[in-house]
Amino acid sequence: MKKVVINEDYCKGCELCVSVCPLHVLALSSRLNTQGYHPAELIDEEKCNNCTFCARICPDAAIEVYKPVPVSAGGEKKN
Amino acid sequence: MKGTEACAEAAIKAGCRYFFGYPITPQNEVASYMSKRMPEVSGVYLQGESELASINMVMGASAAGARAMTSSSSPGISLMQEGISYMVGCQLPGVIVNFVRGGPGLGGIGPAQSDYLQATKGGGHGDYNLVVLGPSSIQELVDLMKDAFEIADRYRNPVLILADGIIGQMMEAVQFKFEIDPTGLPDKTWALDGAKGRTKRLINSLDLVPERLEQHNWNLQAKFAQAAQTEVRWEEFLLDDAETVLVCFGTVARIAKKAIENARQKGIKVGMIRPISLWPFPQTPFQKVMAGAKRFLVVEMNAGQMLQDVRLAVCCQRPIRFSGKPGGTTFNPEMIEKLIWDLEEEGSR
Amino acid sequence: MSTQTYRPLYQRPRSLSPVRNSYCPGCHHGIIHRLLAELIDELQIQERAVIVAPVGCSVLAYNFFEIDAIQAAHGRAPAVATGIKRVHPEMVVITYQGDGDLAAIGTAEIVHAANRGERITTVFVNNANFGMTGGQMAPTTLIGQKTETTPEGRDPLRNGFPIRVAEMIASLTGPAYVARVAVYTPPLVAKARNSIKKALLAQIEGRGFGFVEILSTCPTNWGLTPLQATKWLEENMVPYYPLAEFVGGPQA
Repeated sequence: MKKVVINEDYCKGCELCVSVCPLHVLALSSRLNTQGYHPAELIDEEKCNNCTFCARICPDAAIEVYKPVPVSAGGEKKN
Repeated sequence: MKGTEACAEAAIKAGCRYFFGYPITPQNEVASYMSKRMPEVSGVYLQGESELASINMVMGASAAGARAMTSSSSPGISLMQEGISYMVGCQLPGVIVNFVRGGPGLGGIGPAQSDYLQATKGGGHGDYNLVVLGPSSIQELVDLMKDAFEIADRYRNPVLILADGIIGQMMEAVQFKFEIDPTGLPDKTWALDGAKGRTKRLINSLDLVPERLEQHNWNLQAKFAQAAQTEVRWEEFLLDDAETVLVCFGTVARIAKKAIENARQKGIKVGMIRPISLWPFPQTPFQKVMAGAKRFLVVEMNAGQMLQDVRLAVCCQRPIRFSGKPGGTTFNPEMIEKLIWDLEEEGSR
Repeated sequence: MSTQTYRPLYQRPRSLSPVRNSYCPGCHHGIIHRLLAELIDELQIQERAVIVAPVGCSVLAYNFFEIDAIQAAHGRAPAVATGIKRVHPEMVVITYQGDGDLAAIGTAEIVHAANRGERITTVFVNNANFGMTGGQMAPTTLIGQKTETTPEGRDPLRNGFPIRVAEMIASLTGPAYVARVAVYTPPLVAKARNSIKKALLAQIEGRGFGFVEILSTCPTNWGLTPLQATKWLEENMVPYYPLAEFVGGPQA
């Protein structure tokens, strides 16, 4: 699981997500998917601030966004 | 009742609660009648913005599972052809009534039978057939309306009633021997009523895979072949020893009956085959009568349309004479009687 | 040792079918489909919604939503929708149409459905050309815009002017909500989502006809990349087709 999960099979490499990301943490990969497109990928998960802009511009609903919720060993929740 | 109004009432009695139409002479009374009567039975009368819109509203209402109809006259029916083809492709029932008027183009408002080929040989695009019924009296129109809705539902295909301006505008005594409650009709398991507790449904005529569309066409053809077996209807009039056989449909048949009776009184052996289903066109009476018949006489209010089907049925076994009146003029019994006499004289020379 | 759990912030709408869509890369149809599916989920209308698909690039829309669907003749979706809605007033009936379908061949049907205040919702995707058939001039093609059938650019003397459909529909009394939006930035996407929601609510709450025109790119027929197409839309379409709520908005 990552902050940004991209379904590489649905992605058409249109770059809309890459262009709207305010922190530039997305880019087209050099891989090819089954349709012959270069799918987008998260290149800097640390920097991603979970704004969800990428998911909200994706025409293929290929992107899901998850926010990490760390839980310590003692049961204390830290957001 | 007036023919157009009886038609409307018959539809309601057949369980139809949705009428969509557009004004056109000579059938405007259907809409006026429906606009008053539909609210009385909690149905819907809606004047569409055109015949194009009307047939598509029928398509939508039918897709939603209801018995729906429209009526129009020749130019309006031309506009509906694409919609009819769509309904066939989507396998949707519906009833369309054509009160035929003189054509082509804007034509005239006199009665005609010049949409026979449009009705029976397609009219719209693609390989398809509609069951086409041709009443010759208001009572028959009323009775056929009930059949039309049943056939449409059973075969999931539109049914067309080919009437004419005479039937539409004349007045006759009529009996309604049926009354169907639409809520009592069986559920349509393919209808669009919301995917609650079931998988989604699709009503569609598009298939971009040629092999699949081909199969769909053969499936439709099988349906039509079955309807061709079960829905054929005709009337035989004084055929037993007839040497001259008239073939007429609709109001012309009625006029012809008088002429035939007169001719019979003067000793001529003449009778008539009256197709009631124009599609499927009845073959059986032609086979039956071929042995004794010497000639056929086709009389219709057009320039020769049912004539083509008669030629196919007779298959060159006997001569066929034709007399037509396109454009809105009509026959009277004397005219037809003269045709019969002329044929008799030619035959005896 | 910490274990990492994740909270979903955005997930693929359930009402969007789990299939690859057939639109070109970067085509805004995909974004609009996604918004519609999100709203079908949010408003919980999956079990009573039906989509009327047009003829055009979105003819296959019926494959992409988990709701009942019917494919209508070119331009006639509002009439088909009317037939369905009159039989099942409890259903949420949505027409989804392009600019050829709605503004060319279907002008009569949309005007009259809107005029009747038909309780349906129309999503109108305006990409200034006939997409499916290869990019011919549409009623919404801009002056000077080169298309398959205006190789020198649209000339008003020969082909008239682009039609502002949302304004035309807004001039009628039947509509309860009319807006024009765009989806080329995430904030605009959020506004578009809100407008489509209002248009759906106009139907659900029985107030009248709901209409949302959405300016969209057509990268393939415009001969541009998805990102270039976005720029072209912003620079050329938005000035001519203002984004606004014409009926049913707070200031309208």
